[in-house]
Amino acid sequence: MKRLILLLSLAPALALAAEAGFRLDRAPIDPRDLASLQAGARTFVNYCLGCHGTQYMRYNRLADLGLSEAQIKDNLAFTADKVGDPMRTAMGGKEGKDWFGVAPPDLSVIARVRGADWLYTYLRTFYRDPNTASGWNNAVFPNVAMPHALWTLQGEKALEVTRTKDASGHEIVGSKFTRISEGSQTPVQFDATVRDLVNFLVYAGEPAATSRKRIGIVVLFVLGVLFVLAYALKKEYWKDVH
Amino acid sequence: MASRLMALWDWFDSRMPSVAEEWRKHAAEYYAPKNFNFWYYFGSLALLVLVIQIVSGIFLTMHYKPDASLAFGSVEYIMRDVPGGWALRYIHSTGGSAFFLVAYLHMFRAMLYGSHKEPRELVWIFGVLIYLTLMGEAFFGYLLPWGQMSYWGAQVIVNLFATIPLVGPDLALWIRGDYVVSDATLNRFFALHVIAFPLVLLGLVVAHLLALHDVGSNNPDGVEIKKHKDPKTGHPLDGIPFHPYYTVKDIVGAVVFLAAFAVVMFFVPEMGGYFLEANNFVPADALKTPAHIQPVWYFTPYYSILRAVPPLFNSQFPGVLAMGVATLILLFLPWLDRSPVKSIRYRGPYYKSALAIFVISFLILGYLGTEPTTVWGQFGFDAFFLDTREIATWVARAFTVLYFLFFILMPWYTARDTAKPVPERVTS
Repeated sequence: MKRLILLLSLAPALALAAEAGFRLDRAPIDPRDLASLQAGARTFVNYCLGCHGTQYMRYNRLADLGLSEAQIKDNLAFTADKVGDPMRTAMGGKEGKDWFGVAPPDLSVIARVRGADWLYTYLRTFYRDPNTASGWNNAVFPNVAMPHALWTLQGEKALEVTRTKDASGHEIVGSKFTRISEGSQTPVQFDATVRDLVNFLVYAGEPAATSRKRIGIVVLFVLGVLFVLAYALKKEYWKDVH
Repeated sequence: MASRLMALWDWFDSRMPSVAEEWRKHAAEYYAPKNFNFWYYFGSLALLVLVIQIVSGIFLTMHYKPDASLAFGSVEYIMRDVPGGWALRYIHSTGGSAFFLVAYLHMFRAMLYGSHKEPRELVWIFGVLIYLTLMGEAFFGYLLPWGQMSYWGAQVIVNLFATIPLVGPDLALWIRGDYVVSDATLNRFFALHVIAFPLVLLGLVVAHLLALHDVGSNNPDGVEIKKHKDPKTGHPLDGIPFHPYYTVKDIVGAVVFLAAFAVVMFFVPEMGGYFLEANNFVPADALKTPAHIQPVWYFTPYYSILRAVPPLFNSQFPGVLAMGVATLILLFLPWLDRSPVKSIRYRGPYYKSALAIFVISFLILGYLGTEPTTVWGQFGFDAFFLDTREIATWVARAFTVLYFLFFILMPWYTARDTAKPVPERVTS
């Protein structure tokens, strides 16, 4: 009963989060920042890869981030023998389903599904909730099955729902995080860690994105030259049409 | 060298003179009006997109796997491990949207200058058939990446057929080849997408062009250039050979088009979710229905019409029927239009306003189709007697009615319209 009341009291806040959407922070990512991408890859293989794979990504593709095959093999390739293997999770889908209720999704293209801002906000808004199976809940993704994988870094928070009335008597439901325990990183450091991780996930979502833009500029330049030639040709031919 | 080549050509030409003959008939001695304007680029551009789609499609087929358990992964394999695969995929996905954009502008051109009117009714009918085939082609192709939107979009569209009285459920089962969209569906859609519909499409394009070249091209003035021929040469006075004049002109158009195409495919391939939807990066899951299923932008006007028509006796069939009629009614345009003149330049205010209202309706229906029906209901108050969550639905209904009135009232308002005198020769 007590649980139900608590759940009901939380319902407006959750409904708010689910319907209007928790306001997302802008992810300050930079796809050209190789140090950030490398840091993100490190965080990913250490904290995420246990449950989530990026199975469409091969380890040796991480050479894009300025790493040598030896560096990748020694420091990142925890779930593969060969550096050309895909970045699979060690956990099987069935185990994941048994343990969490849903199998943790593959994260190869998660950034293309959710967007960088969503991921950046989501990973920073886990809070303690005694009513869920994992003991964690999330402000962006209410009742998510995933526990806070980075909690040793961020520490624990609680979500406090505030209710105030405005001048015309409409209720304003707000929410505020309060700190329960400190993590090993300061809030500023933790934001940077998540920024790097999201930067990596955006890269992993489309490894060709950076080179595609570079090629695009060349293609547009060539088409520009071609346009001048084609236009001159057309003008020349059409001189005698009146 | 040059004389050797000429000798080779003579050898070929004496054995198969029809090649040179067809070239003369369709290019070098096909006389097109000299006053084509901006709107006349989209025919050749549609042909260019068709070629782009066929070529990129052939290469994609070499790496894609039409298997429910492999399809999604094979697309990512193309994006990551196939050299240049990402470019192939984006060319094809951008090309899909570009095809419809170009086709819509091409069809609008016909409505502007009366290109559907006598003697070009067959050209128009083949064109509409191309458009309908293209819709099928796009629909089958959209299932292939096997993402959530692919899957549920296909589920929704196939279920539309299930609403047809009596035969519906069996028909839907026959299309799917299973009780739900599944591997069997993916396999047949692949076959239809890569061979059956492209063949039909190519055949119709040939018919469209042959029919056009038999009667000759229309022009922005809507006058027949064949009426005034040079007595000596027998060529139309206002006509110029398609080759080289329009080939060099269309090359300019093609380069500009390719630049716009390149901007999309290299810099914004998802086009803000309109060309590639975020939800389609989630693998298809038969047990998880997405909260908001929407078709790709080029189908949304019809999707709006589908949603706007209220169900009858608990059946969605009226909406499905309306959607079907909304596309098929295009076939009758040449006979609905009773105006004595072709071009908008010499038509009266009725047709001008009707066409403007039609275009606005099409665009608003298109926009509403990309949004949930509650899109304008977020204000949380009731306006007069109306539930604000229903505003978008009522707006869609109003514009659906306008969409159909454009066609239904056409025989009346085009016959009564005040036409301006049409010049004998082209004006520019």
